[in-house]
Amino acid sequence: MVAFCLTLANSFMPVAGTDIAAEVDTFYAFLLWASLVSFIILIGGMVWFLVIYKRTEENQKSAYITHNNLAEFLWSFIPLVILLVIFYWGWVLFAKLRTPPEVVSEEIHITAMQWAWEYKYKNGKTINSLSKEPLNVPVGKPVKIILTSKDVLHSFYIPAFRIKQDAVPGRFTEVWFEAKEKGNYVVFCTEYCGTSHSNMMIRVNVMDPEEYVAWYHGEEKVGEESLADKGKKLYLNKACASCHSLDGSRIVGPTFQGLYGKNREFETGAAVAADENYLKESILQSTAKIVKGYPAAMPIYQGQLDDDEIEALIEFIKSNK
Amino acid sequence: MSHVASTTSTTNYLNHHKGIMSWVYTLDHKRIGIMYFVTVMTMFLIGGIFALGIRLHLAKFGAEAFITADTYNKFMTYHGAIMVFMVIVPGIPAFLGNFFLPIQIGAKDVAFPRLNLASYYLFLIGMAISLTSLFYNKVDTGWTFYTPYSTLSTSNGVIFLVLGVFVMGFSSILTGLNFFVTTHKMRAPGMGMDKIPLFVWALYSTAIIQILATPVLAITLFLLIAEKTLGVGIFDPALGGDPVLFQHFFWFYSHPAVYIMILPAMGIISELITTFSKKTIFGYRAIAYSSVAIAAVSFLVWGHHMFVSGQSTLAGVIFSFITMLVGVPTAIKLFNWIATMHKGTVSFESPMLFALGFMFLFTIGGLTGVFLAASGLDIHFHDTYFVVAHFHYVMVGGTLMALMGGIFYWFPKMFGKNISDTLGRYSWVFIFTGFNVTFFPQFILGQFGMPRRYFDYLPEYTSLNQISTVGSWLIGIGFLIGLYAVIKGLVSGTQAADNPWGGKTLEWQTSSPPPHENFDKTPVITAGPYDYR
Repeated sequence: MVAFCLTLANSFMPVAGTDIAAEVDTFYAFLLWASLVSFIILIGGMVWFLVIYKRTEENQKSAYITHNNLAEFLWSFIPLVILLVIFYWGWVLFAKLRTPPEVVSEEIHITAMQWAWEYKYKNGKTINSLSKEPLNVPVGKPVKIILTSKDVLHSFYIPAFRIKQDAVPGRFTEVWFEAKEKGNYVVFCTEYCGTSHSNMMIRVNVMDPEEYVAWYHGEEKVGEESLADKGKKLYLNKACASCHSLDGSRIVGPTFQGLYGKNREFETGAAVAADENYLKESILQSTAKIVKGYPAAMPIYQGQLDDDEIEALIEFIKSNK
Repeated sequence: MSHVASTTSTTNYLNHHKGIMSWVYTLDHKRIGIMYFVTVMTMFLIGGIFALGIRLHLAKFGAEAFITADTYNKFMTYHGAIMVFMVIVPGIPAFLGNFFLPIQIGAKDVAFPRLNLASYYLFLIGMAISLTSLFYNKVDTGWTFYTPYSTLSTSNGVIFLVLGVFVMGFSSILTGLNFFVTTHKMRAPGMGMDKIPLFVWALYSTAIIQILATPVLAITLFLLIAEKTLGVGIFDPALGGDPVLFQHFFWFYSHPAVYIMILPAMGIISELITTFSKKTIFGYRAIAYSSVAIAAVSFLVWGHHMFVSGQSTLAGVIFSFITMLVGVPTAIKLFNWIATMHKGTVSFESPMLFALGFMFLFTIGGLTGVFLAASGLDIHFHDTYFVVAHFHYVMVGGTLMALMGGIFYWFPKMFGKNISDTLGRYSWVFIFTGFNVTFFPQFILGQFGMPRRYFDYLPEYTSLNQISTVGSWLIGIGFLIGLYAVIKGLVSGTQAADNPWGGKTLEWQTSSPPPHENFDKTPVITAGPYDYR
């Protein structure tokens, strides 16, 4: 019975491609049935009153009732309780959808632009969606997408996985999923971005892990070097190495060893985890946040590094575990 | 509710002064209300034509698209901007509110009649500036003007559109201010705040939002224009700005604005249901205070438009929580209206049909709002047709249904002529049916995942889109019948009685149409507004 109600409620949902998508559908089914019951109580009650209290003669008298404290309390309090339950359930799913596992199998940088997506894998494989190639990912493994945009807002939406995240120029956002079955799933852009907004449609191709690995290491489309290697070159050429060590020792600035994800405390007393957005800001605007105990000695790199280079540097820092 | 000597005078506000200049310079709130009526309905017609164009394109009858993607985006932008800023926001308050708020509290006029006229002209000027943008290409930002798309756009038309909205915002602020002061200072002797009609309570709550929230829109739009014309970096990351900041600012106004659009409609529904049930409103205080509660909470929920914008998970959770709270005062109102019909004597003239249509559609709109407030589920539905369907159920199924009900209800009072009830019923049947045919399929499209603002879509969405388009024609026919009814009533309506519906509020105690200063003798209030004992 419950299963039947679930199926019925979800008849118009796209196929659930992840475990969390299935949980979202259960929640949706609950909401749909609860709404249906509420609707029948409200509108059914109204129609019933309309039938039995229809005016039959011109000078008919109505009852004089101004209020009823108990009824009013009940129809305020009961909806409140139901709404709080819905809120809590929504919160649990929201947190799951937005919190990637500690260890993810793949991290893919995706840059949105008018009107295409560029996927960049860690080994430097870079594909533009205008080539009509799908976004290849392995089945059964958590995949994290690090999003940004070159121009205006875009949004990365996979209906089958019930996930969506805006791509914002100038900052990184992330979204993750773990596809449970092989197949092709559609990806839409869901933030209005101009003329060809509706043409930014691509496919996620969920593959066997072995097949994926073979594709990943295949010759085709591999860049000259991995993102981290490219970052290492920049680390040496742009003089990062003169102040930031890779072995934990202190030169002038904090070491890069184990930096990514670590909690940073600042001169101001505030603290933040060193994620992509923090690293980007610190490279471009070093004075924005000064780590406690270090001098504000780093030059500003704003305008000297392009977005690809910053991405590579961040990947390099991440690789120094 | 009061004792007013029956009117003997033969002059009324329509023939008190004559000639076109007597309208241009009028300070009479009733005439200003009528001027808004004409203006808003004209804009509604234009906004509606854009809507029909959008739907016609999306039906994809035939192989060739009849408009290009850029034209489609322009249609989508103007449909939204016109309907929001030039129809629904001013619609009920500036038209019916202007006409009836002073009469319902027994006043001769609003507190600042000159300011009232100035608001109207500001609205006209803003409208003209906005519509100038029609002559430019690529005005395709959507009514939300999201940055950096709007600032990167090479079209100067965007500046005109935004500047016009900026000016219209001041019209809205000043009208709100006028109503706020009028409600506090101009009530007839004996009319405490616990005796004002619920339509006035709704307009009063709306006025608070207009005064407090609209300046934020003005600042936001000003910053947008400053960035676009002078290159001041506020929202564009290339200039050191933050595009998400624009969304915070914009929704800080535009979410409360949703309640600017729906609260006055709720006020009309309270009036219609009591009058046509011939019964005292159930829970007067609960309805009145829930309006104020909705107004207050509305300022704290803007972030629910931004669950996937890049704001933090914690912020999303907090906004989801506060948004859920809005459901309570809304539910209270629905329950109270239904309880008012209980043991009443209900009749079904066309205004009541619109009120019942409101109840049906608004309940669906409200319940689907809960789906979207639930953060985990909103990630899937955000920016899909589910959202489009939801807010049309609230804005059209709610606000426009109530506006139509209000027009048919108060037409005899405003013009002293009867409007055809039969035509009203036909209009209702077409609008109500057409509305559901148009927008219900869009909930399903949203579940499939079809994003909004799409020029093109996957082939599997075609049949639902075609059903939706057919529905839009029914809505069009319904509103045209309504327009015909209004014109016919004006031209050849029979003389209306002073109180054709047996209403208890003050506007029914004066003549139809009301005299120049509303009442021959200032009414003295001794009982509540809906005393059907």
